[in-house]
Amino acid sequence: MRLLRILFVLAALTAVPSVALSKEAQPKPPADFVPVENAPPGEQIPAMPLLGTAYGFIWVGVFGYVWSLARRLRKVETEIAELEAKRR
Amino acid sequence: MALAAGMFAVAPWMIDAAPYEATMGLVYKIYFFHMPSAWMFLTAAIVAGVASFRLLFLKRPRADHWVTAAAELAVVFGAFTLVTGPLWARKAWGVWWVWDARLTSSLMLFMIFVAYLLLRKYGGPGSDKLGAGLALFGMANVPFIYVSVNYWRTFHPPTSVVPTLPVAMGIPLWYCVTAFTLLFVILLRLRARLEHQRARVEALYLAEDEA
Repeated sequence: MRLLRILFVLAALTAVPSVALSKEAQPKPPADFVPVENAPPGEQIPAMPLLGTAYGFIWVGVFGYVWSLARRLRKVETEIAELEAKRR
Repeated sequence: MALAAGMFAVAPWMIDAAPYEATMGLVYKIYFFHMPSAWMFLTAAIVAGVASFRLLFLKRPRADHWVTAAAELAVVFGAFTLVTGPLWARKAWGVWWVWDARLTSSLMLFMIFVAYLLLRKYGGPGSDKLGAGLALFGMANVPFIYVSVNYWRTFHPPTSVVPTLPVAMGIPLWYCVTAFTLLFVILLRLRARLEHQRARVEALYLAEDEA
């Protein structure tokens, strides 16, 4: 019984300051939410660069692929013409 | 080709005229090129799979040219999809990428066709049949990718978005889908022609050696 009483006192002694400390460390919650017209600059992700990059990537990709295809086709068709000329 | 180029030239005005989306704002307009790219990516995988079936089971050697052409287009349109998607997600979801079923399986499909192209380039004799087997696996992945957004938890919009789009958003979308389909058909035919011509060059060299 005595041991129990000691443990209870010890627990109370350690719990009180820890509760007080945790209350002190915790930031105060906002009393109310304040609306703003625009989010702070650091919070915004601008849409335009993302949109521009997406469309730009596809445009460049399509042009690049068409150019590469045309170049490969021209090369192989020149080779065919040379081989056929050699056969004649 | 001129028609496809003309349609792509007009596309920015069509997309600019589309209204903003309530929660995503301007960035959702990536959708007008992202979604058609994704459809062409899946279509290319289906074309490659069907041609692979013809090569492996119906013994049509010329089908190999169509497998190669479609596989290359799957990589091209897959790259468009996998680059534009994260650019949209960064603003709409706050992250570039999530490992959900749709995104992960799309990346896997892209990697299957990259593997196909590497196999055909460095695989040597017999790589056409091995590659066709790989492309068949790629095609099997397509229905899973398509329905994944409806069955697994994800941020990605479900398939029901397309049929329920308001007219002002639907017109530019279907315009872009038509432009991409036209581009896909032209590129597929040109790429297959390149393979036919390469086969012709090989035949001419063989004929020269025999003579």
